[in-house]
Amino acid sequence: MSWWHRFWRRGQMEEQLEKELHFHLDEQTADLVAHGLAPEEARRLARLWLGGPEQVKEECRDARGTRWLEDLLQDCQYALRTLRQRPGFTAVSVLTLALGIGASTAIFSAVNPILFEPLPYPNAGRITMIWDIFQGLRSDVTFHTYRELAERSRSFEAIAVMKPWQPTMTGPAEPERIDGQSVSARYFRVLGVSPALGRDFQESDDRFRGPRVVILSDALWRRRFAGDSAILGRQVRFDDDIYTVIGVMPRVFENVLDPSAELWSPLQYDARHITDLDTTEWGHHLRMAGRLRPGIGTEQAKRELDAIAHTPVPEFPRARWAAVKNGLIVDSLQDEVTRGVKPALLAVLGAVLLVLAIACVNVTNLLLARGAQRRGEFAMRVALGAGRTRLIRQLLTESLVLASLGGVLGMVVAEFGLRGLIALSPPELPRVSAIAVDGAVFAFAFGMTTLIGLVVGLIPALDASRSDPQTGLRQISRQTVSGHQLTRRTLVVAEVALALVLLVSAGLLLRSLERLFAVAPGFDASHVLTMQVQTSGHRFDEFRGEIENSARFRFFAQALEAARGVPGVNAAGFTSLLPLSGEQNGTYGVSFESDPPGNGYNIFRYVVTPGYFASMGIALRRGRLLNERDTAGAPAAVLISESLARRKFGSQDPIGQRVHVGPMNRPWHTIVGVVGDVKQTSLAVSEPDAAYITTNQTWYVDDAMSLVIRARGNAAGLSNAVRKAIWSVDKDQPIVRVATMDDLLAKSAAERRFALILFEAFGMVALALAATGIYGVLSGSVTERMREIGLRSALGATRGNILGMVVRQGMTLTGIGVVIGLGGAVAASRALITLLFGISRLDPITYLGVIALLAGVSGIACWVPAWRAARVDPSITLRAE
Amino acid sequence: MTSKSDLPQGTLDLLILKVAALGPVHGYAIAQRLQQVSRDVVQVPQGSLYPALHRLENRGLLAADWKDTETGREAKFYRLTRKGRAQLGTEAASWQRLTQAVGLILKMSEGGAE
Repeated sequence: MSWWHRFWRRGQMEEQLEKELHFHLDEQTADLVAHGLAPEEARRLARLWLGGPEQVKEECRDARGTRWLEDLLQDCQYALRTLRQRPGFTAVSVLTLALGIGASTAIFSAVNPILFEPLPYPNAGRITMIWDIFQGLRSDVTFHTYRELAERSRSFEAIAVMKPWQPTMTGPAEPERIDGQSVSARYFRVLGVSPALGRDFQESDDRFRGPRVVILSDALWRRRFAGDSAILGRQVRFDDDIYTVIGVMPRVFENVLDPSAELWSPLQYDARHITDLDTTEWGHHLRMAGRLRPGIGTEQAKRELDAIAHTPVPEFPRARWAAVKNGLIVDSLQDEVTRGVKPALLAVLGAVLLVLAIACVNVTNLLLARGAQRRGEFAMRVALGAGRTRLIRQLLTESLVLASLGGVLGMVVAEFGLRGLIALSPPELPRVSAIAVDGAVFAFAFGMTTLIGLVVGLIPALDASRSDPQTGLRQISRQTVSGHQLTRRTLVVAEVALALVLLVSAGLLLRSLERLFAVAPGFDASHVLTMQVQTSGHRFDEFRGEIENSARFRFFAQALEAARGVPGVNAAGFTSLLPLSGEQNGTYGVSFESDPPGNGYNIFRYVVTPGYFASMGIALRRGRLLNERDTAGAPAAVLISESLARRKFGSQDPIGQRVHVGPMNRPWHTIVGVVGDVKQTSLAVSEPDAAYITTNQTWYVDDAMSLVIRARGNAAGLSNAVRKAIWSVDKDQPIVRVATMDDLLAKSAAERRFALILFEAFGMVALALAATGIYGVLSGSVTERMREIGLRSALGATRGNILGMVVRQGMTLTGIGVVIGLGGAVAASRALITLLFGISRLDPITYLGVIALLAGVSGIACWVPAWRAARVDPSITLRAE
Repeated sequence: MTSKSDLPQGTLDLLILKVAALGPVHGYAIAQRLQQVSRDVVQVPQGSLYPALHRLENRGLLAADWKDTETGREAKFYRLTRKGRAQLGTEAASWQRLTQAVGLILKMSEGGAE
């Protein structure tokens, strides 16, 4: 019989044991009677020989080998029984723990795949990113730099470069812009993933004017091709070109380098004309990744690449801007993916662990209070022979049962919390699809529950078992102030301190967000709808004549007319670069006529139609705006931003000055006006230098332009009508990223808002827990000191005196906690620096506000027990003794 | 009645196995049998008998069935399993060796003292 079998049938086994011993005694007695003893005497002798029946049974039970399990079960049953006797205490403790465990489990499951789990590739630790260095910062590489490194370096198994590729798929349905990547042949080998269907790219695919082939993502294959198993070799049209499908990636493939990409084609750059510097191949626009050979670290690889950078060879001449004089940067891919969000995620993780700590402290406190009430029971059990370890074990079992209940409920909290988290998560958060309650999360929650059970149980258990049974028994009838109050007060101080740290963090974030939204974006976001209109197909191919005659120019002009005709549209305009849209490629060099030759710098260049300023609500500061007369034939006009005007011309009038925007071989643009500064990258970033020219007077028309519409009423409601209007001009042009300006504003602060919401929630929970902690300790203390308080008032203390005494006791604890917490908050605010905006991490208003809030709340928590104490009737309490 | 010796440590198990080897037998009968065979020289601690039986049963050296006795009462009868028989063999052999060795040493020391 196996041990669990014996355990399971222990009831039956007890019965049989009883029967067996009974049989023995009967036989023995019968034998002795047969030898002539009196039945009574025979019975007595038989019992004497066999030994104490309970002792024999105990030894037999021990022999069964299931003793520990039976004890555990008994302890658990006892624990459940005692917990049920105190439903209030149990409910509060379990809920507190569930909140703490649930919140931290949810945060852990969100953070785990991003920060701690390896990326979903074989030997993911060997995948690195390689960057050129520009002004000390990471910069994209040129194609020829990539070629030289791929050829000369020995540290990597494979190196690849990539760039975004967004072709359009047309057909009977709405035109769809597909997010994809142009990649060099070894891209998937760097990641260590092969297509599930078909084949990977080969070197022969990735050559200039090579075959047009594509690999599809599983999602695109299912969405657009119904998961057709005969997809390989099929001809598909993207951007007016016919491509052959050669592969489909596995369903589980996660492309962390460009999560939205669903389509890959070979880069097919021209490696031959290396000395022709005026080519795309010499532009810094490629991201480079490499898979290290086994046993080679990033440091070693960086040393090798730097050595190559410092020893040019004749077969690889370099452009001046791609001379890699400062070496290269080699990062792990994991760092690349997490760099942007790590500080915020670590801050949130730290915050939730603080909440958990407060929850644990609170439950420890509750258990201590209960331990004090049960002192009599423990003393009784010790007096009846229970060992100290047995008592500790019993109490630990109780706290473990409590923690387990909290853990189970916590998992429910975590599941819901996680859904909320994903809904709230900022768009920058990588690997959101990998967030789930999985094995690691369960292990985390289980481990934490056990740990919490032990931690919260240990202090009360030691406290209770230390007591001397004699004093304990006496305490059944008499309450005196006991030493455990000191422990409880220390815990309350800790709670207040932790809550302060959380509240200060939340306060700093709240003030940052306020400051951020107080920043003037430079445009009027209300009632503004935006969408990006793209041109695709050979009909828009490079056009060398007058810009106004190009197909692209004409399409945008007609689309604008169509959009203007939609009812409800007040004003409409196109811009090449939309503020807060996240577009990256808007900076160009400018040089003023007054600058020394060759001395230009980068600014944002906006190519717009005249209606853009009215649609966006951008303010005119001097001169005039661009208008319909600024055509290709007219003198080239430009508007500059007021910061640029102030920096460049100071108090002088910039109107009439001339500037080159873009290539130097184009005519000068004359400054005709100055407009207000606009936030381009985000509200938090100040890069106000900008120039505006018309679509008629630029040197090329961007292939995608953003339409900005000022609506009379609800802007979002216009989107369908406007899209239909544009498609009435050309039904094959994709329209993407439809959003109101208000959406874009909110999105630009999404990461801070995300952190703020979490910190606010955690801060409130911490405050509530700290308040209940203070309340619990004080009301326990008042109960214990009933007699003393009665005595005081009998001796003439007024209600006010007693009220003051209790409140003072509570506020002293708060005060000590605040002082300690301030130190913690100052230290913790360091972790928040990247999330703060416009305020110091030591912002006095935040600190004072939080202290006032904590003092107010703990004042209320003190007042209730104090009021109870003040109403003590001395005649009753003293008589009760 | 002469004074009885205590049973050497660990030999109770061996004796129980030996008794059970003769056929299915209940606890009281084992106690009686041991008492008789050892001619009242060895004190069988009855209190240890049942824990020992249960331990041997757990280790799979004994198996037990509930059967009627000659007097018609139901009792738990222990019998030797195959594993128990093997164990009895090795333990009996090692006991023999031990007693022989002890005997030899005792004889030797008598000779050496003279």
